[in-house]
Amino acid sequence: MLRRILGLLLVTALIGLSGCATTGGSPGDPLEGYNRFMFGVNDGLDRAIIKPVASGYKAVMPEFARTGVTNFFANLGDIWIGINNILQGKVGAGLSDLGRFAINSTVGIVGLIDVASKAGLDKHNEDFGQTLGRWGMGSGAYVVLPLLGPSNVRDGFSRLVVDWHGDPLWYVGNIPTRNELIGARIVDDRANLLDVSRLAEEAALDHYAYVRDAYLQRRRSLIYDGDPPPQPNSDKSSDSGAGADVVARVGMEMPPAQIVTQRGERVMTAADEELTPAREFAQAQPVAARQEAAVAVLDGSGPEDESKIAYDREVQPAIPAVAHAGFVQTGLKP
Amino acid sequence: MTIKFVLALCFSLFAAAAPAQGLAPDVQVKTITNEVIGIIKQDKEIQAGNRKRMDELVDAKVLPHFNFSRMTALAVGRNWPKATAEQQKALTGEFRTLLVRTYSSALSTYRNQVIEFRPLRAAAADADVTVRTQVIQPGTEPIAIDYSMEQTPTGWKVYDVVVGGVSLVTNYRETFNAEIRDGGVDGLIKSLASKNRALDTQASARPK
Repeated sequence: MLRRILGLLLVTALIGLSGCATTGGSPGDPLEGYNRFMFGVNDGLDRAIIKPVASGYKAVMPEFARTGVTNFFANLGDIWIGINNILQGKVGAGLSDLGRFAINSTVGIVGLIDVASKAGLDKHNEDFGQTLGRWGMGSGAYVVLPLLGPSNVRDGFSRLVVDWHGDPLWYVGNIPTRNELIGARIVDDRANLLDVSRLAEEAALDHYAYVRDAYLQRRRSLIYDGDPPPQPNSDKSSDSGAGADVVARVGMEMPPAQIVTQRGERVMTAADEELTPAREFAQAQPVAARQEAAVAVLDGSGPEDESKIAYDREVQPAIPAVAHAGFVQTGLKP
Repeated sequence: MTIKFVLALCFSLFAAAAPAQGLAPDVQVKTITNEVIGIIKQDKEIQAGNRKRMDELVDAKVLPHFNFSRMTALAVGRNWPKATAEQQKALTGEFRTLLVRTYSSALSTYRNQVIEFRPLRAAAADADVTVRTQVIQPGTEPIAIDYSMEQTPTGWKVYDVVVGGVSLVTNYRETFNAEIRDGGVDGLIKSLASKNRALDTQASARPK
C-alpha cells in the first residue's frame, strides 16, 4: 500500500516534471520550477502532519526512550550499510557494519543500545546511491521527490528502486505491523531532525536553495566518506599533505570521465558564472584534465579568492566538449 | 537529508577564544570548545532557553575568532570585488548578524553530546589549516565539524565551518548570486537586512 502511494506520487511527479522542466533561475538546477513546486508540497505536508506528530512524539517520549527507538531502526540499517560498503570495495568497513549488527542485536538488546559504537565500531552512512557514485556514475539533475524530499536522478532511482530491498522492515510479513514500524521510523527520523530543520529555515534567505545546496554538498561528501577531493574553488588548497593525496586520489579514486549531463552544466556555471559549492567540478573532468587541475590547485592558487577565480578561468578550456554541448542545450549564455 | 546537523551547527561556534593567541589552531579549537561547553553545562539560564545569555556567550567567546569579512567574501564569491567598500561593509555586517544568530540558535540545542578532536594534519609553517572535530550521536555516524582557519596578525581565525561536508559559508553562494543577479549588490544587502529583521521580530514574539 505504502509503495503504491509512493509509486503514484512518483508518476504524478514525473508528469509534472515533464511539464515544467524549463523554468528556474539557477543554471545548476534545470528542474527548478518543478522542484520548487514539489518542495512546497512536501513542506505543506510536513507542516500539516509529519512535523506536529514528530513534535508531539518528542515532547511525550523521554529522551532515553527516543534514543532506544533511534538505535533500533539504525541497527536494522547497518546490514544494508555493510553490504554497500562491501560493494564499494571497503570490505573492512563493511564487515565492521555487519559486526555492529551482530553485537547490537544481541548484547545491545535487539539494537536498543548501541554497544558497538562504544566498543569502537563506528557507524557509517551508506546507501546504493553512494555506491553508484563511488562506481563513477554522475548524479544527474537535482530532483525533489514527493514525500522523500531532496534527491537527484541517481540517488532517487537508488532509493525508490534498490534501497528498500535492503531494508529489513519491508520484509516484515504482517502488513499492518510493517506499516506501523515504517510509520514509527518516519516519526522518529523527523523528530531527530526538528532542530536541524528549524535552523535551516532560520539560516536561509531562500529556503529551497539552502536545502538544495546543502544536500548537494552533503551527498558529495558522503560519497567520499567525508573526505572529498578538494574542489578547485574550495579555498582549502593549502591543506598540508594534500598534495600527494590529491594526485593519488585523482588518479585512483575519481570516477572515470562520465557522460556529462547536469554536471557539465554545473561546470560551465562554475567556470563562468560562479564558484558554486554544489558543483562537482572535478568529477566532470576526464582523468587527465583532473590531474592537471589537481596540480594547478597545488601549485598555483593560494587561499585568496582572486587566485581561485583566476584558476577557474584557466581550467575552463579543459572542460570536455560534452559539457559545452550540454551547456548549449540549456541555452545559457557563457 | 538524514543527518543531524544540529550539533554540528552547535559547535560551529566553538571556534576560538581570547586567551588562545599563539596557540596552535587545533589546540585553540579544543580549548574554546571545552570552555564553551563547560559554560553551557553549568549555566541554568542558558539551559532554560535564555537566548540573550547565549548570545552574550557567543559574543564573548566565539566571535572574536571568526573572520567575518573573509567569510562574507567567500559566500559572495566572484561578485565580491565588484562591490564597493561600503557595500562590502554592509554585506559583512548583515551576514555576520545572520550567521551569529544561526550559530547561537544551534548552540542552544546542545545536549551533552561528545565531541572528539582529530589530529591536525598540517606542517608547522602552514598558515591555512583545517581543524577536524566530530560529534558523536546515537543512531547516526559521527558528524564531522571542520574549521578552516588562517593565520592572521591577531592569531588564528576561522573563515569557514564545514558540518557533515556542508560549508555553512559557501552554502549561501548560489542564493547570493541569484540575489545579486536580480537586484544587484544592494538587493542582496536589502534581502539580508530584511531576513535579519524578520528573525528579530520572531525572537521578540517568542516567550523568553
